[in-house]
Amino acid sequence: MPIRWLWRALPVTVLMFLLAGCSLDGEQSMFSPVGPVAQEQLDLFMWTWYLSIPVMLIVGGVMAFVIVRYRRRAGDDSIPGQTHGNMLIEIIWTTVPVIIVILVAVPTVRSIFNLQTFIEAGGEDVQVNVTGYQWWWKFEYPEYGFTTANELHVPVGTRFVLDLDSADVLHAFWAPRLGGKVDLIPNQDNQLWLQANEEGVFHGQCAELCLGAHAYMRFRVVVESQEEFEAWVESFQQPTIEVVSSDPLASQGRTLFASKGCIGCHSVGNYAEGVSYGQPNFPNLTNFGQRHTVGAGLLEANLENVAAWIMDPQAIKPGNYMPTLWQEDDPNREEEATAIAAYLLSLGSDEVVAGGADGAMAAKTVGGN
Amino acid sequence: MESTSQAVEPAHSKLFMRPTWTTGFGSWLTTVDHKKIGILYMLSSFTFMGAASVEAFIMRLQLMRPGQQLVSPDVFNQLFTMHGVTMVFLAIMPLGIGFANYFVPLMIGARDLAFPRLNAFGYWVYALGGLMIYSSFFLGGAPDVGWVAYAPLTSLSNNPGFGVDFYVFGLFLSGVGTTVTAMNLIVTIVNMRAPGMTFMRMPVFPWLMLITSFMIIFAFPPLTIAFLELIVDRTFGSLFFVPAAGALPILWQHLFWIFGHPEVYIIIMPAFGMISEMIPTFSRKPLFGYPVMILASILIAFMGFAVWTHHMFTTGLGPVVNTAFSLTSFIIGIPTGVKIFNWLGTLWGGSIRFTVPLLYSLAFIVTFTLGGITGIMVAMPTFDAQVHDTYFVVAHFHYVMGGGALLTFLGALYYWFPKMTGRLLDERVGKIAWGFIVVGFHTIFFPQHIAGMMGMPRRIQTYPDGIGLEIWNFASSFGTFIMGVGMILVLGSVIYGLRRGPRAGNDPWDARTLEWATTSPPPYYNFKTQPVVNSLDAFWAWKHPESLNVDPIDPATAGKKYDAHGIHIPGQSWYPLLASAALIVGSYGLIYDNWILAIVSGFAFIFCIFGWAFEGVGGHHAQPELEGEAV
Repeated sequence: MPIRWLWRALPVTVLMFLLAGCSLDGEQSMFSPVGPVAQEQLDLFMWTWYLSIPVMLIVGGVMAFVIVRYRRRAGDDSIPGQTHGNMLIEIIWTTVPVIIVILVAVPTVRSIFNLQTFIEAGGEDVQVNVTGYQWWWKFEYPEYGFTTANELHVPVGTRFVLDLDSADVLHAFWAPRLGGKVDLIPNQDNQLWLQANEEGVFHGQCAELCLGAHAYMRFRVVVESQEEFEAWVESFQQPTIEVVSSDPLASQGRTLFASKGCIGCHSVGNYAEGVSYGQPNFPNLTNFGQRHTVGAGLLEANLENVAAWIMDPQAIKPGNYMPTLWQEDDPNREEEATAIAAYLLSLGSDEVVAGGADGAMAAKTVGGN
Repeated sequence: MESTSQAVEPAHSKLFMRPTWTTGFGSWLTTVDHKKIGILYMLSSFTFMGAASVEAFIMRLQLMRPGQQLVSPDVFNQLFTMHGVTMVFLAIMPLGIGFANYFVPLMIGARDLAFPRLNAFGYWVYALGGLMIYSSFFLGGAPDVGWVAYAPLTSLSNNPGFGVDFYVFGLFLSGVGTTVTAMNLIVTIVNMRAPGMTFMRMPVFPWLMLITSFMIIFAFPPLTIAFLELIVDRTFGSLFFVPAAGALPILWQHLFWIFGHPEVYIIIMPAFGMISEMIPTFSRKPLFGYPVMILASILIAFMGFAVWTHHMFTTGLGPVVNTAFSLTSFIIGIPTGVKIFNWLGTLWGGSIRFTVPLLYSLAFIVTFTLGGITGIMVAMPTFDAQVHDTYFVVAHFHYVMGGGALLTFLGALYYWFPKMTGRLLDERVGKIAWGFIVVGFHTIFFPQHIAGMMGMPRRIQTYPDGIGLEIWNFASSFGTFIMGVGMILVLGSVIYGLRRGPRAGNDPWDARTLEWATTSPPPYYNFKTQPVVNSLDAFWAWKHPESLNVDPIDPATAGKKYDAHGIHIPGQSWYPLLASAALIVGSYGLIYDNWILAIVSGFAFIFCIFGWAFEGVGGHHAQPELEGEAV
């Protein structure tokens, strides 16, 4: 007997050690909610968790009791009473799950209609059109008329409404600390609304298999004060294209950005119809210097990481569509990649004086270099 | 053991002679004996399960630490797809069917299934279809779209390789095999029960296989439609699932889950049945609330068709649909809870013998209760929005399908191995293996709940450092070693037991149902005398009529009048195997757009069906009385 009890106690013991050693808080943990949606989802979980404890105790307790009480003793060959059932008991233990189900169902239904009802963005709400691509995110702000990629900026304490669409296969938008996910499905208008009551940079990730670099299809939600958000929006109304002449590396990078062909896919400045510069179905790099990450939420956006990413994107994010621009033995590889990185990081960052007035015009200038 | 055959009936034609091997390789290829086919099912399922376990092991090694590059994303996608496809379609579901093949006729006192050749066909088309899917590993890459294969990931432009074609054809064929076997089981259970065995005297396992079979028949057509549409898309360029042409890819998910949710009950129902046999046997008590258990199972099966969109809560169906399907899903929790209580009620007041099968049954109750609780949780759309497509869901369905079905099947293997082989498995090694498997199982899957809630999506081949996922993944990967040791012990124990295990006798467990009334292993005609039933737990009633207040029966004489003409034993046949092979070869033709091969195989299939029809009745009448064989 004792050995069996040991076996049964072991997983519990292991678990307790594990639970003692680690916190459930995390960058992507639903246990660290920062908004009302995530909070309501967590509350509902906690409610069912508390309800499930007595269920587990009853089932486990009854089992432990029968194991001890009704085990067959050595030499005992008696036949126990051949009970076939008991209607009263059956009725009682049908009622118990019914009650539990009702206790779960009522708050569930209430929360469904709280959180999943389709709403029109209006008043203070910020509207963002999200499009999923293999393997990055496009965020379009229709009210303000610009597009960015992989980092969603929203003001704190304000509801934002995401209209979700996909350009290729299924994706799912999931920023756990703000709230649960909704799928991005081609030809289907899905919607998700969220709100963050805390400022910060929060992690998000694609949660629906999209092959290739699916595991690396991440993003950030940047929650900032109303003033910071407005300044950020402002910076996209007049994006920087030019770089300060005092930074020769960035100037060289600007030239390389065109000559190496980056410009064939990536817009800097607002993409506009009819401008043969950049494409809407690749990440828009306008004001890249304000980004926290590079490679769709993968690496911190510093000179070293951005250069490494440009130099060999496949090494960092296997399967993505970004080509490698240099031969492995090209002596200029590192230098040129660093220059492009410096150019990109200068865009829209505080150290840089705001440049060209009109994105499209400036784009042509850059394209001409 | 093989008897001299009496009165071989003439074949209709010389062209289509029925083979008559009784031993050797040929006898297995041509067999129509439900016991041999059952063993073939079990061997194949356990082999496929081994392959799926290796796939799982590689995945867990890859995920043991963040940022590892043991396998590429492409290979990883193939691994989890094949792991899911194998476990669901090629291992667990056919394992239930294999046990049913062997034991349903024995438990209802029949001599075979109603359609023995169809049964063989069902097996061969499943086994060869499974091998065909696995051949894709060597033919340019296995399917890599997850076992659910969501459109439009499967379209030709998104997935130009052949993997998806292998997935469609392989599962389509094994679906055909499953469906014909389900029909066979229904006809057998409805028509061939022993004299006196009314439906309410039938053991629970055959009852649940009857329910499962009806579920199979209603669940597979939507999947077949989905497969047909997908393959027409890929082969002939139709546009069912092509968003660029305006298609709504959500259609696939509806079709898949109208099949897919009943499918998980198709997997778990046989396990419910086995538990309901093992617990009464080792408690020496009848199942508590037998009619309630049957009713609860029918309810679960019925409701199983009304909950499919709880797999689609995040697809934007809206609050009304989500509420409706959330409530239907909750309702399933009620009969399931009643089942758990009834199993506990069976143990209560019993005289419990802690054999390995009983230990697995207890582990099942705990694991399945936990899986049921997380099932209620994921049925709440609000919470599901967080954990859908995360490791929480992975943990949940492994608790119900792995901890539910798989642990039970291991218990059932220990329970019925003596009947199938005549030898007992070592109890001590079995208990040690049980300990490793149960501890390993929970070490693997419990941490996955937490990993999911801490933000780990499923189907990712790596995860970043520093967001708190490391320890849960490490624990989970570590658990595979523990469980692996247990599985190896079971395998070793089975191999040892086959040759060296102590003799079991007819009834080693003092069991309650008819399969224990015959020899171990049973003769090819199952029962020397037709069993006659006057109570639930018929065999127990023979042994201890006074305990159930029924009239005693003399089993040796009671059924004699039903065997007046001897026992008809069906003849063997090549055609089930050949017809299946023709379908497989034809599928290769269709996959590779080789129309000549496809058409030739089509004609070969038609030829086999003619052969099947015209090879004659065959078989012989066994008369065990005259042969002096003991029962």
